[in-house]
Amino acid sequence: MATLSSSLSTHGGGHREVDYINAKQGIWSWMTTVDHKRIGIMYLFFVLLSFLVGGLLALVLRLGLMSPDHKIGGMVIYDSETYNRIFTLHGAIMVFMFIIPSIPAALGNFVLPLMLGAKDVAFPRLNLASFYVYLAGATMAVSSIVLGAVDTGWTFYTPYSSSTNGAVSLMAMAVFTLGFSSIFTGMNFIATVHKLRAPGMGWFDMPLFVWGIYATALIQVLATPVIGITMVLLVMERAWKIGIFDASLGGDPVLFQHFFWFYSHPAVYIMILPGMAIISEIIPTFSQKTMFGYRAIAFSSVAIALIGFLVWGHHMFPNGESTLSALIFSFLTFLVAIPSGIKVFNWLATMWRGNIALNAPMLYAISFLLLFGIGGLTGIFLGALSVDIHLHDTYFVVAHFHYVMMGGTVIAFIGGLHYWWPKMTGRMYNEGSARLACALIFIGFNVTFMSQFVMGSRGMPRRYATYLPEFQHLHQMSTVGSWILGLGLFITLGCLLASLRGPKNAPDNPWGARTLEWTTQSPPIEHNFHDQPVAVHGPYDYRVPLEVGHV
Amino acid sequence: MEWLRSLLLPMAGSEHARRVDTLFMAILGLNVFFFLLILFLTLYCVVKFKRREGVVTPYITHNLSLELIWSVIPTFIVLGIFFWGAAGFLDANIPPDNAMEISVTGRKWSWAFEYPDGSKFVREIHIPVGKPVKFTITSDDVLHDFYVPAMRVKHDAIPQRYDAVWFTPTETGKFNVACSQYCGKDHSKMAGMITVEDQASYDKWLLEGPPEWDEMLKTEAGSIALGKQVYENKGCNSCHSVDGTKVQNGGPTWKGIWGRGEKFEDGGSVVVDETYVRESINEPAKHVVQGYQNIMPSFGGGLVREKEFKGLLAYMRSLK
Repeated sequence: MATLSSSLSTHGGGHREVDYINAKQGIWSWMTTVDHKRIGIMYLFFVLLSFLVGGLLALVLRLGLMSPDHKIGGMVIYDSETYNRIFTLHGAIMVFMFIIPSIPAALGNFVLPLMLGAKDVAFPRLNLASFYVYLAGATMAVSSIVLGAVDTGWTFYTPYSSSTNGAVSLMAMAVFTLGFSSIFTGMNFIATVHKLRAPGMGWFDMPLFVWGIYATALIQVLATPVIGITMVLLVMERAWKIGIFDASLGGDPVLFQHFFWFYSHPAVYIMILPGMAIISEIIPTFSQKTMFGYRAIAFSSVAIALIGFLVWGHHMFPNGESTLSALIFSFLTFLVAIPSGIKVFNWLATMWRGNIALNAPMLYAISFLLLFGIGGLTGIFLGALSVDIHLHDTYFVVAHFHYVMMGGTVIAFIGGLHYWWPKMTGRMYNEGSARLACALIFIGFNVTFMSQFVMGSRGMPRRYATYLPEFQHLHQMSTVGSWILGLGLFITLGCLLASLRGPKNAPDNPWGARTLEWTTQSPPIEHNFHDQPVAVHGPYDYRVPLEVGHV
Repeated sequence: MEWLRSLLLPMAGSEHARRVDTLFMAILGLNVFFFLLILFLTLYCVVKFKRREGVVTPYITHNLSLELIWSVIPTFIVLGIFFWGAAGFLDANIPPDNAMEISVTGRKWSWAFEYPDGSKFVREIHIPVGKPVKFTITSDDVLHDFYVPAMRVKHDAIPQRYDAVWFTPTETGKFNVACSQYCGKDHSKMAGMITVEDQASYDKWLLEGPPEWDEMLKTEAGSIALGKQVYENKGCNSCHSVDGTKVQNGGPTWKGIWGRGEKFEDGGSVVVDETYVRESINEPAKHVVQGYQNIMPSFGGGLVREKEFKGLLAYMRSLK
């Protein structure tokens, strides 16, 4: 294979060809598209909409918690039943409609084939189908609000969920449906990574984002069917009184928790691995330095994916699993912490002796290191059995998983959104307001959730509509934090949307990265590359300029 | 460090709670150390290696010894934490043989407690200081979770299962009980209170019943409410109806019982008054009402306390 390599201009301007946005016109061309970039953009729109709805619900929750009786200046924000419905929706929307599809389905869809030098994903029609399955699931979830609401918590614990009124069955089927969307995306990505890598790109020449999404896809395909089956069993129990989980029908409520967490713990890694994957792109790019410990990071993603299947029992230490099980799950939980720790040290070592620019994506990456650091470290409290018994189901756990899910995944998602924004839209965002927003998000987030750590360790259980007066100051602090956090997020939204009004002025490779998606124009042409690209250097090789070979 | 402990954790009411706190503080120290390490390295890199034009970064792909150091050292640290946490967990899981056993039943949305002598209380109980107490936990409906923050114990209440937690209180005082497994509308109001007091006060409480009963007995309505509670707690309701229906293989209904003339199996008769009610509860076999079998168990020997008698009598008088 003769390869001819060409160095690329990092400047914009010059001749531009028709990009994927303008390649076809009209709403119908979007609805029937099989272009992974357009599907990624459509996913992006709906996951951001879900994030907005879930976030507004969170602000309402926090507002009512300003006082134990949910009253502010004589106005009642909600009663305890409404509170229960709102926190259920907040959790379900954020987990199933926002975080799980956010990075893989939105950013992954857009970037992954470009990074591999491919024209599209392996199964473009399945990709579009997965989007419509997502929409169907999301519609079912949202209509459950109208058709009687759900007050079970996003965890649907039995026998409460099999006995309470409301649209629990519809919500359960929504989760089932959304799960299939996730499985389809995962299958598609696995096939794409195996079959569509550019010539010259071996497994260890793939960008680490691809490794992370690949590990995520493995979990999506292997774990998601379990939540699907569990939800079907729950619906059968509700509809036909078949005793599976409800003790009064001869079932076992603890069995539900085993089934549920057998999916939902790996789902934690479905959520965090893609976040780590984005950080592994941003840090070398903005440090202009090769990734330290590439193989360690790649293997740790797969290790996390596999060990992650064996730790579900740590959600059930005081919930009726045997003492022996608790000991084994605690031990394995500590083991799964090690690969995450290794990644953090690798990222720091990559920054060491780098040439660091503090653009918004890098600020988000640094926020990730600190916030995910706290999220991971506070996991040690919860892995330690005797301490977990005290902290289990308190606000400490709420704070811990928000540090991991929001401080980790969501921060990485927003960082990645800024990072690939020029590639996706062809526009540069305003750096100043993006940095300001990042600072507000960082501060607001810490004020919101640091106070929740203290509430939790002082013994405040979670999912409490009302609370003892001694916790009021901490609750108020948390609520004020949520306003700062919300303000930061709205500024981010405004900053990104405002950029769309300007001309398409983004250079092909604005950050000086070394991965293949930056070798094509911003935004890319419909078929990504004019001809089959060939990888001629590693994804983080800063000894040479960004180059691409041709067959 | 005591100031920090008391800032972050509730009062420690038992030896076990203090051991948990020690581990908590040790992990906190570890957290602070590693967080500061990450923070310092990040800030150092950002300041020291700030972007400058024309800088070529070194091509460092890995460093085996460095990577081994930061893999192996954390592994040993977390394994140490594992064993420490597991030891405390096992302690808290195995009750001593001499522990007093109290049954706890969660139901929407209150806690019911039952003592070894059959006494039942809702929400509030007393226990003696310095004696091990074992709580056997179950649920009547959905999942609940029996959580005593001051004792650092917690366990789910699961229908048709019986799990135990135990502790030896070392401090006297009032300690909150919370439900920490979501159970619906009034989950957050499913509170309880454990009063830990010296043996003499505890004995007095158990013998005479809680002081709240004195408050109830001050009014007629309160007395009737207390009587109804006793009627349900002691299981009178399983044989005696209050609406006039005859319970199969049970006893006479309490509706209109006060002042009713009853004939006995052995031929005698009585007009139901306080003396007869007390006798029937303490020695039910002495005079069995005609048409009923001699099946009622004795509640003599203090199983029905004096205050409970007063409540029951008021309740019976009210059932016209």
